[in-house]
Amino acid sequence: MRRILMSASALAALASPSLAEVSDGKVKIGILNDQSGVYADFGGKFSYEAALMAVEDFGGTVLDMPVEVVTADHQNKADIASNIARQWYDTEQVDAIMELTTSSVALAVQALSKEKAKITITTGAATTELTGPQCSPYGFHWVYDTHALAVGTGGALVEQGGDKWFFLTADYAFGYSLEENTAAYVTANGGTVAGAVRHPLATTDFSSFLLQAQASGASVIGLANAGMDTQNAIKQASEFGIVQSGQRLAALLFTLAEVNGIGLEAAQGLTLTESFYWNRNEETAAFGKRFFDRTGAMPNMVHAGTYSAVLSYLKAVEAAGGDETEAVAAKLHEMPVKDVFTESGTVAPNGRMITDVYLMEVKKPGDSDIAWDYYNVLATIPGAEAFIDPAKSGCPLIAQ
Amino acid sequence: MMMLFGIPIQALLGQLLVGLINGSFYALLSLGLAVIFGLLRVINFAHGAQYMLGAFVALLMLKFAGIGYWGALILAPIVVGAMGAFVERTMLSRLYKLDHLYGLLFTFGMALTIEGTFRYFFGASGQPYTTPAALSGGVNLGFMFLPIYRGWVVVASMVICLGVWFLIEKTKLGAYLRAATENPVLVQSFGINVPLLLTLTYGLGAGLAGLAGVLAAPIYQVSPLMGSNIIIIVFAVVVVGGMGSILGAIITGYMLGIAEGLTKVFYPEASNIVIFVIMAIVLILRPAGLFGKDA
Repeated sequence: MRRILMSASALAALASPSLAEVSDGKVKIGILNDQSGVYADFGGKFSYEAALMAVEDFGGTVLDMPVEVVTADHQNKADIASNIARQWYDTEQVDAIMELTTSSVALAVQALSKEKAKITITTGAATTELTGPQCSPYGFHWVYDTHALAVGTGGALVEQGGDKWFFLTADYAFGYSLEENTAAYVTANGGTVAGAVRHPLATTDFSSFLLQAQASGASVIGLANAGMDTQNAIKQASEFGIVQSGQRLAALLFTLAEVNGIGLEAAQGLTLTESFYWNRNEETAAFGKRFFDRTGAMPNMVHAGTYSAVLSYLKAVEAAGGDETEAVAAKLHEMPVKDVFTESGTVAPNGRMITDVYLMEVKKPGDSDIAWDYYNVLATIPGAEAFIDPAKSGCPLIAQ
Repeated sequence: MMMLFGIPIQALLGQLLVGLINGSFYALLSLGLAVIFGLLRVINFAHGAQYMLGAFVALLMLKFAGIGYWGALILAPIVVGAMGAFVERTMLSRLYKLDHLYGLLFTFGMALTIEGTFRYFFGASGQPYTTPAALSGGVNLGFMFLPIYRGWVVVASMVICLGVWFLIEKTKLGAYLRAATENPVLVQSFGINVPLLLTLTYGLGAGLAGLAGVLAAPIYQVSPLMGSNIIIIVFAVVVVGGMGSILGAIITGYMLGIAEGLTKVFYPEASNIVIFVIMAIVLILRPAGLFGKDA
């Protein structure tokens, strides 16, 4: 058996994707994320496609230098991600790494990039640590974070009377951060937390955790997980009659890709928070359509956010007159962000991009008349409310 | 309320039942693996992919041919079994003369190819498959709300497991099969077509995986990754039970499902490794597995 396992792991290593070749005299952006695991639809290869769109929309060159985008699959493992990042920086002249779905990975790569004085723009990961105690002068966090999700989805459910919570939490940095932020928000608004259970990442069977949640007597079951984990939990919750017996599910991180995955029948009525919805106005719809033509799927906030991150980076390189890290980081901090993703983004000194987020409700199957038209926008949460006040973020770069 | 180890008895009963449900899948899948390994000496790494194929065949049948759950329950395993038989006949059978590792490598490569292809076309998130109307809903057992479909899975898997065990251990066909693996030349000299028997066996194993996939489709997302998530656990089940022991694989499947279910109550963080811890202990104390004959 040992021989079997050894050859299996050798094969698994061989199966990991190869990296792009060496380049020079270019602006080179790496999109590093999960392309084969539970978050492959949440970000995945479509984030790479979004990055390519941004480069094309920018004109393909910046300051007469060609722009190249490379991509790799980090398999949700921080060590694999760090190795790829190190290789990209050391031998392949990659200037900036973006996307970085999975909080544990984002924290590792941001720390490495800080040491190497390289820019990271995280769009797929959620932990507030990235712009909190572990912030970096070269690290930026676009799109959303666990605080925004807590304020959005958590806030909406507390308002509707959900005052006793039980958490199903993914057992790693992201889950803890999301649970902690949401629990803090719930208790600050007069609610209580009845308990929590931590499940391993990529759990296929939630029944046992759901039974524990059911037995807790909580009015809201907060799903502090993401991707396929949340999908499975929601699907199985309806099997065990959780919603029918009066408990509510709060999918704290759920995007268009996952709604599409479980279908409107199972997802209808869910309240969720995203900072982008393709069918919100004409401009977003046009972008959505272009994205759809390339990928066969409409973009969620991670895809649109990655587009915005790449575009902003290229604008900053142009404004700085080169791709030297300090100068580009300074420009990224000072330039407002205005593109299809956000009309009024600003970047705080801790690297947090402050933008409006939207509280959505998933439509009933009968109410959705065009494909991928899944949401009603319930409310717009202003950035200042959605994200932690930079001065209170715990980021050592800011005088507290 | 009565308590046991600080957990209410009712909650414990619920978890035991949930463990039994998961154990049903482990048993069904490890059964197919054990049949293939026991009779062909092939370590079938493609088993997870075949399980996934079963679920996808059911999904695609519903989408494009309008064949519902019950039809798929019969047809999908046949389709997957036929694909398995085709692969065995055209490719895998050429490797029997070589070391077992070649069969392992071949099936592992096949699994990666199949999964990669499906991921390319269907994405990783997977697609929903609706529970058949006759089995939707649930019953309140007092200590838990049992979805009828899950109860059906337990019953179906037990019937299938016993059926396969009976087929191989108690029928004439099974006797031929077992004899053909012991001494193929001798059996062939009695006029029995041994290569055909082996093809059928691989087809049966693959079909069982496909059947488990159809059973799983309404519970989990039909996703290209569903097989690779479960296959490693199933291998552990087979190792604990004893490579090649059919009854061992079945019993161990249920037992480990329950062990995992209980871990989820007492220490959920360890729930995905408890099976491997048990495997390690069994390998140290009884290297041939709980039910294996010492080779």
